[in-house]
Amino acid sequence: MSITVLTKAYKNLPFNKKEILRYADCKDLSPEIEMLLDECIEEATQTLSYKACYCILPVNISGNTIDFGAFKVNSEKLTINLKKCEKAVLFGATLGTDIDRLIMKYGKLSPTKALFFQAIGATMIEALCDEFCKDIKAELNVKLKPRFSPGYGDLDLSCQKNIFKLLNCSKNIGLTLNDSLLMSPTKSVTAFVGIY
Amino acid sequence: MNFSEYLKNNIVYLDGGMGTLLQAQGLTPGEHPEKWNVSHPEIITDIHKNYFNSGSNVVCTNTFGANSLKFDETELEEIIKSAISNAKKARELSDTTHEKFIALDIGPTGKLLKPLGDLDFEDAVSVFSKTVKLGVKYGVDLVLIETMNDSYETKAALLAVKENCDLPVLVSNAYNEDGKLMTGASPAAMVALLEGMGATAIGANCSLGPKQLAKVAEELLENASAPVILKPNAGLPEIKDGKTKFNVTPEEFAEDVTKLIKKGLRVVGGCCGTTPDYIKALTEKSNALKPVEIENKNLTVVSSYTKAVKFLNSPILIGERINPTGKKRFKQALIENDISYILNEGVSQQEKGVHILDVNVGLPDIDENTMLKTAVCELQAVIDLPLQIDTADVVAMENALRIYNGKALINSVNGKEESMKAIFPLVKKYGGVVVALTLDENGIPETAEGRVEIAKNILKAAKEYGIEKNNIIFDTLAMTISADPKAANETLKALNVIKNELGCHTSLGVSNVSFGLPNRDVINSVFFALALENGLSGAIMNPYSAEMMKTYYTFKALKGLDENCADYISVAENFSSTVIENKKETTSVSDNSSSELMTSVIKGFKEKAGEITKELLKTKAPLDIVNNEIIPALNEVGIGYENKTIYLPQLLMSAEAAKSSFEAIKEFMSNSEKTSSKGKIVIATVKGDIHDIGKNIVKLLLENYGFDVIDLGKDVPPETVAQKAIDTNAKLVGLSALMTTTVPAMEETIKLLKEKAPWCKTVVGGAVLTQEYADKIGADKYAKDAMETVRFAEEIFK
Repeated sequence: MSITVLTKAYKNLPFNKKEILRYADCKDLSPEIEMLLDECIEEATQTLSYKACYCILPVNISGNTIDFGAFKVNSEKLTINLKKCEKAVLFGATLGTDIDRLIMKYGKLSPTKALFFQAIGATMIEALCDEFCKDIKAELNVKLKPRFSPGYGDLDLSCQKNIFKLLNCSKNIGLTLNDSLLMSPTKSVTAFVGIY
Repeated sequence: MNFSEYLKNNIVYLDGGMGTLLQAQGLTPGEHPEKWNVSHPEIITDIHKNYFNSGSNVVCTNTFGANSLKFDETELEEIIKSAISNAKKARELSDTTHEKFIALDIGPTGKLLKPLGDLDFEDAVSVFSKTVKLGVKYGVDLVLIETMNDSYETKAALLAVKENCDLPVLVSNAYNEDGKLMTGASPAAMVALLEGMGATAIGANCSLGPKQLAKVAEELLENASAPVILKPNAGLPEIKDGKTKFNVTPEEFAEDVTKLIKKGLRVVGGCCGTTPDYIKALTEKSNALKPVEIENKNLTVVSSYTKAVKFLNSPILIGERINPTGKKRFKQALIENDISYILNEGVSQQEKGVHILDVNVGLPDIDENTMLKTAVCELQAVIDLPLQIDTADVVAMENALRIYNGKALINSVNGKEESMKAIFPLVKKYGGVVVALTLDENGIPETAEGRVEIAKNILKAAKEYGIEKNNIIFDTLAMTISADPKAANETLKALNVIKNELGCHTSLGVSNVSFGLPNRDVINSVFFALALENGLSGAIMNPYSAEMMKTYYTFKALKGLDENCADYISVAENFSSTVIENKKETTSVSDNSSSELMTSVIKGFKEKAGEITKELLKTKAPLDIVNNEIIPALNEVGIGYENKTIYLPQLLMSAEAAKSSFEAIKEFMSNSEKTSSKGKIVIATVKGDIHDIGKNIVKLLLENYGFDVIDLGKDVPPETVAQKAIDTNAKLVGLSALMTTTVPAMEETIKLLKEKAPWCKTVVGGAVLTQEYADKIGADKYAKDAMETVRFAEEIFK
């Protein structure tokens, strides 16, 4: 079986302020806050990178076990998600280390800004995943199931180990797995996406 | 012939890809290719042999991921032993007659180093050391460190090689399409770091094809005095009819790389997707070329994790504010381990336009060794300016240089035998540009001639340690003219001779010249101008001084170092003219400035709150300001937040404004009495968890409410938390965790606290926590947000 891992990079994804404010738990935008937010967006724009690596895997379900060829996964919820899919995209995506540096920096200097960078990171990693899936959908001319990440429902985080090994995330997009199964950089996602 | 000799006069051909060839032979995705050294030695040997036969001078052992993080000791040794034996066998079997060498291949660990990831720098060094030792044991001709996408990890690997063998070491990084490493380093920054540490050759490999890497190669050639390596991919992979193909053909690859050989590349090969066919095409195409001679660039350069700062014609500003000398508030910050204060000094100086930050944390009553290391780690995590490590303590110096992520400016060495003996070996080992003070056992010579003489002696001694003059900057010692009216003259004369006759760069601690005189800024700035005219390359100075900055920008504009006077124009409007003396500008404080402070805090005007507080302190007692202005304002916002009429960003903005008020008060009080504290609270993000924004918010609010917060940071082991609780006799510990996977670490910490510090209450918070969870792990309190933590703390310390 030959599995090829490919990479994609994007530039200048648009910032959705409403979404950022939602992540920052802010329902009301005063001029002062908007100014601060704009400053943060400006600073983030210069540093964010948008990268993903992925491969297409076969899907064979038996009971609650899914055999992706390269490795198997046990999860009832993912089984339901991938029902009727013969293949799935497995991908890793990251905004890179700079957003973490910004969060670290302002965590010590201005927690308000840190909060906004946190919210910008959360918004933009979702935006990157959306963009990537849109891209794959168009490229393969298929329909895609909703993304399903390790840690969702009953899909254990420990499957990250196999995902990282297979996608070689650290070499391909600079995404690494910590001993506690958290990812570094933190603004990153890995997910299965059923193809049907 | 050994490898280094061969490299002197020849173009060296490396091998090509390994992974793609192994997959074609049946290596399954996710399987460790290194294991094939043992399980399929004949296949590995055959691939090496094909590379030798295609013209490779060097084959790299199949040990890219062979490290102790992936394999246990026995397996690691078996893998490396077999890998080297396979390569040696291939060399014997190859029937071509050209020179053949074997390189121990070292790839990245696959982990990010702290603070971005969880691998400690020293742990990384010891992981690489194990691989290097085995390589040496089983016999290789050289080492190749490759595909590193982080400067810090690259440094760890190179340090491991240097500490464990004398073999030549090639170092190659993986650059992104934007021409930088994943963690931000430019090629020039990597050259500074790696040449400083004595890499044999420096280059780029993987990630892209030869066309896309051409720019990186050119930038490396422009900066490096060492041979440059290029080992690109066969373009990018594409899937066609279900098969993976790389989009650059051997012929195109050979042509592109040959073009760059003509520009100066000396070590070439291929990475992912390349095969013996690519190497064959490349050697055939370029074999007849004469290698381009390598020019010594003689650059004086320091670097941070992203960028290189070169000493050229334009003066370099070295910010002097991270230094406790004569600063009460700074001393207090050091004693209280207040890292934010130090970071703030760093960020503010960067905003003022300095190029390098001096870092001096020497105080009689603090552990300088630990403090300097902490300060360097914290600064380099968030500020991309190179640092000047400034200490008289040699041990602290070495420890700081070791963990510094770049090539540092080192302050300082001098003409004393003892000083040179201690400092030069560090410069040689870790790289760096060293500031050399022109004094020796006999003190500071009064005359310029005497100082120049010492400079010459220092240069001679440095050479014996293998340190060239481009890595030395002379400080001819500015001394106060209030003690000796000729002092400035001699300093300037010495500066001139060293710059123009010895051809070395220079630096001065400019403000020393005015010690003991009134209105020092005026003298300093004029002396600065004179020094610049006499060849001052780098000034250790106060960037907050408008006079000094005026001189800097004006000098650049006058000397043709500021194109179109653009820099001057961009800052000139901020320079207040000092001609009109009477119209002194101050923040006007009206009678109702009290309520103004309240408004500023409520609205979150950070700077204004600080300014108003400073004014109020002239007439009001600090405690009155706190109790009558700041606390009521904070309460109003806090209650608003609890009632959901105010949202988190507003709450934080207010808290920051209040903090800036408190900072003004602290500064005022550090001159008189100590601030009173409601009590000590230890907080931390638990082991394994690297998310700390929530914890930082809690810290800010607790501090605003008068608590003394001891912040242990993130990824903190239970033992450290318990120990700190004991040491400080804290009544409350706050713990944060974001992930379900790290909640067990929280439980463990609470258990340990109950055992070792039973008097201590615990409050927990974080995204995944609930009341139920908190009860289960035995926490005394679950706080859903920062305000709730504050309320709980107030209850505890009532």
